[in-house]
Amino acid sequence: MTNHWIDIKNADAILIMGSNAAEHHPISFKWVLEAKSRGAVVMHVDPKFSRTSARSTFHVPLRSGTDIAFLGGMIHHILENGNYFKDYVVHYTNASFIVSDSYGFRNGLFSGYDPRTSSYDRSSWSFAVDAQGRVRRDPSLRHPRCVFQLLREHYTRYSLEKVADITGVSRENLLRVYEAYAATGVPDRAGTILYALGWTQHTVGVQNIRAAAIIQLLLGNIGMAGGGINALRGEPNVQGSTDHTLLYHLVPGYMSMPLADWQTLEDYNRANTPASSDPQSANWWRNKPKYLVSLLKGWFGEHATRESDFGYSMLPKLERGEDYSYLYLFDRMYQGLIRGGFIFGLNPANSVPNSNKVRKALDNLDWLVTMDVHHTETTDNWHRPGVDPAAVKTEVFLLPSAHRLEKEGSVTNSGRWLLWHYAAVKPPGRARSFGEMIVDLGNRVRKLYRSEPGAYPDPILKASWPEGYDADEVARRINGVFTSDKVVNGRRYRKGNLVPGFGALSDDGSTSCLNWLYCGSYTQEEGNKAKRRDPRQTPMQAAIGLYPNWAWCWPLNRRILYNRASVDPQGRPFHPSKAVIAWEEGSWVGDVPDGGWPPLSSGKGKHPFIMTVHGFGQLFGPGRVDGPFPEHYEPVETPVNRHPFSGRLHNPCYKAVTGDLDRLAAPADSRYPIVLTTYNMTEHWCGGGETRNVPNLLEAEPQLYVEMSPELAEEKGIRNGDPVIVESARGRVEAIAMVTVRMRPLRIQGRIVHEIGMPFCFGWTTPGCGDATNRLTPSVGDPNTSIPEFKACLVDVRKADRLEELAR
Amino acid sequence: MKMSRRDFLKATSAGIACFGLAQLGFDLEPLRAYGARLKISGAKEVVSVCPFCSVSCHVVAHVKDGRLVNVEGDPDYPINEGALCAKGAAILSLTNNPHRVTKPLYRAPFGDTWEEKDWEWVLDRIARRVKDLRDRDFLPTNGRGQRVNRLESLFSLGTSHMDNEECALVHQAMRMLGVVHMDHQARI
Ligand code: SF4
Repeated sequence: MTNHWIDIKNADAILIMGSNAAEHHPISFKWVLEAKSRGAVVMHVDPKFSRTSARSTFHVPLRSGTDIAFLGGMIHHILENGNYFKDYVVHYTNASFIVSDSYGFRNGLFSGYDPRTSSYDRSSWSFAVDAQGRVRRDPSLRHPRCVFQLLREHYTRYSLEKVADITGVSRENLLRVYEAYAATGVPDRAGTILYALGWTQHTVGVQNIRAAAIIQLLLGNIGMAGGGINALRGEPNVQGSTDHTLLYHLVPGYMSMPLADWQTLEDYNRANTPASSDPQSANWWRNKPKYLVSLLKGWFGEHATRESDFGYSMLPKLERGEDYSYLYLFDRMYQGLIRGGFIFGLNPANSVPNSNKVRKALDNLDWLVTMDVHHTETTDNWHRPGVDPAAVKTEVFLLPSAHRLEKEGSVTNSGRWLLWHYAAVKPPGRARSFGEMIVDLGNRVRKLYRSEPGAYPDPILKASWPEGYDADEVARRINGVFTSDKVVNGRRYRKGNLVPGFGALSDDGSTSCLNWLYCGSYTQEEGNKAKRRDPRQTPMQAAIGLYPNWAWCWPLNRRILYNRASVDPQGRPFHPSKAVIAWEEGSWVGDVPDGGWPPLSSGKGKHPFIMTVHGFGQLFGPGRVDGPFPEHYEPVETPVNRHPFSGRLHNPCYKAVTGDLDRLAAPADSRYPIVLTTYNMTEHWCGGGETRNVPNLLEAEPQLYVEMSPELAEEKGIRNGDPVIVESARGRVEAIAMVTVRMRPLRIQGRIVHEIGMPFCFGWTTPGCGDATNRLTPSVGDPNTSIPEFKACLVDVRKADRLEELAR
Repeated sequence: MKMSRRDFLKATSAGIACFGLAQLGFDLEPLRAYGARLKISGAKEVVSVCPFCSVSCHVVAHVKDGRLVNVEGDPDYPINEGALCAKGAAILSLTNNPHRVTKPLYRAPFGDTWEEKDWEWVLDRIARRVKDLRDRDFLPTNGRGQRVNRLESLFSLGTSHMDNEECALVHQAMRMLGVVHMDHQARI
């Protein structure tokens, strides 16, 4: 989230799309309702009517996978009706940038597409520069090649008629949302967009969010109280685990994982450190070398020296363009290329698409270490229904894990707050925390490498690795320590002292830090700030529900990101009664500003979007692999075979694995005419491995069901409560029919398209509850993130004559 | 006196701060007796965080004789202000749960049962598996002769259930081994 949970109350308009906040982030919804009680309009745009819809001002059903069409229509509406916040757009976004002549867009394809590799050469998506290397701008926004004009041209195609025709949303409903939301394009009103996996889990996932960001920039809603782009993150510490990047392509703090082409630290820095020729651009990532060297110091300690490239050469290096994420990992496991591994607290046999294939792939492992609190479909895959254990070769370890209340440590909430939790009780029996297990295991592997020869032992033996697990000690390492005596801002720090903030990190080896974003969270002066429980706030902070002394928030305790965009170039808040920061008597008050420089008008200020190279919000976003502007493409499995915006049916870059079990339905496939979307529920968490083992939660939601409209049920001869079979090109699933008006038939291109919805939390280890919904979903994903398309695929549904899975 | 929300609730539930009622002539004895019977009276309070979604509601855990006896929303935490959803409200039965795995379990190749093992045995055996696989499959260079230090045949998945401190160490450990097949819930 750019903002935080409490801040939702400051919004004047709330667009909830790709999320069912009331059911999946229930307590967040108290802040939505708080905003509503203060007069905000709350809109829920979602295929299904849910408790979020029930408490919103109104609900608008749309077909899964058509969000960009819907949002593109809104961009068109905002531009045509002049609803944008002109000063903000001119001063703070790249609307005025002139795009180079080589950029173009035709019939669904941007310039630079190579059909052989299904990818773009992005070099033509660049800006025109002057002799000093600065981007050429036209603040009048009239230049035909400026971003603003190109944006207008791009979305002219997104007329109400076309958008209505493909999304299934009526013109009236479109206008109702567009008008209510576009009303926030004035200085003293803010709108927020709340989204979740309903946006990310598509083959256009990243571009869904880009489209929302464009709207927020046009309306001047980023940096404002009650504004922002707010991903409602779903899992217990998914914000923290993402920051620490348990992801193949990154190292902690969102820095790229080294590639084979970057053999030395110098190669890495050259390829990854952006340069700007604008003195008013903070271009924050220019500091990346300091963060990387400090990370290497954290990993290799005294072995990270300048002479050894700080240990950079010991790191693994990825092949450029190679994908090592879930989809590809399980495909390679299925092919027998992966032999062993670790699954910590995750249930991929239930939660990864095409789970029939995932389950078979797991059989190919020689050994598997699982760490969990319960038996799950993953830990017990070797004796799943229909499989003879005597035929499964895998050696499986199930290590009993401590639960949250049984250990201490920190987690990061969706609003980036770092929160310490204390151990209340001991873990049951011989269960241990992940930290204890991994530290102990690491030391055993190190012992083996010390005592016998082996492949390239250097990174293992030279690692700075603790003797035992101590959360407090690791929290200090994450914050960072000085590795030699040093003076910072006139203050003397000794070797081993905590680094006060990431401004003090350096690339000369004098600091070590496991994650630059968290630098400043644990200091010599104030201790572990994740433990702070101090509600004090100034009246200005109280007016927007900002608690600067409660816990800590990355970066540098800044609660609202890009807050310099909430003030005009003189430093005066656009919205005085809900000011985030203000320049008063030579200093900033309110939130921690995005950099302490004076306001822009002083000539010594910086543009507010400090994480971008040029310092401007990116309406034109050249960084994504599938286009600088979002464009509507159909889901890979779609009930239509054409759409009104171009001749390009699918995202031309989407990711997919292909194999005998990766069958896909054709566009408008008559065998699978129904759209399926999948979701969580309030009572169960994700794959359900934990919550199905909690009797009170299982009692509340005991069994797999499928929600379908009365119209579809009648067509199929299904009554409420009937057992049914849902089938896709990849698998079949038994469920109980829940016939409900919550699902609406949609009129698409003149004919009725039905959509059904199913939770995905049930699995065979819990008797009688059904089995994985993800046996239906396909292994295709977004080209930027490889996030699979769980939210839209094709199925058919029929009444079942007898029950097997649900009777087990 | 400035009281936090929690101080106030504590005080009223224990029947101490009912000064106003006594002045009005109420008999406070039954209330005091009830207070003494509360399962949380005398319990130690420990602050923790709900282990489900990233609203990260705070809870107060009540511990008596080393056992968790009650968990409720933390009224002082400015985000949830004491409220919890169904999952958060079930933390007690999630933690004190008969289905928990409490001992290291081992399933031998082609075996049909779980066997209980001790930690020494399982961790030594896993360390051996890791080293054998790494020594066998470690890829020092790629086809173009570039140094790559990869161990592609060993994977790591998970987890958003770890604390930040645990994530930092797991990331480090995997990269030291040369693991590149690494992913977790952030991508699903
Ligand atoms: S109590 Fe509910 S809303 Fe709060 S963190 Fe837990 S799961 Fe999320």
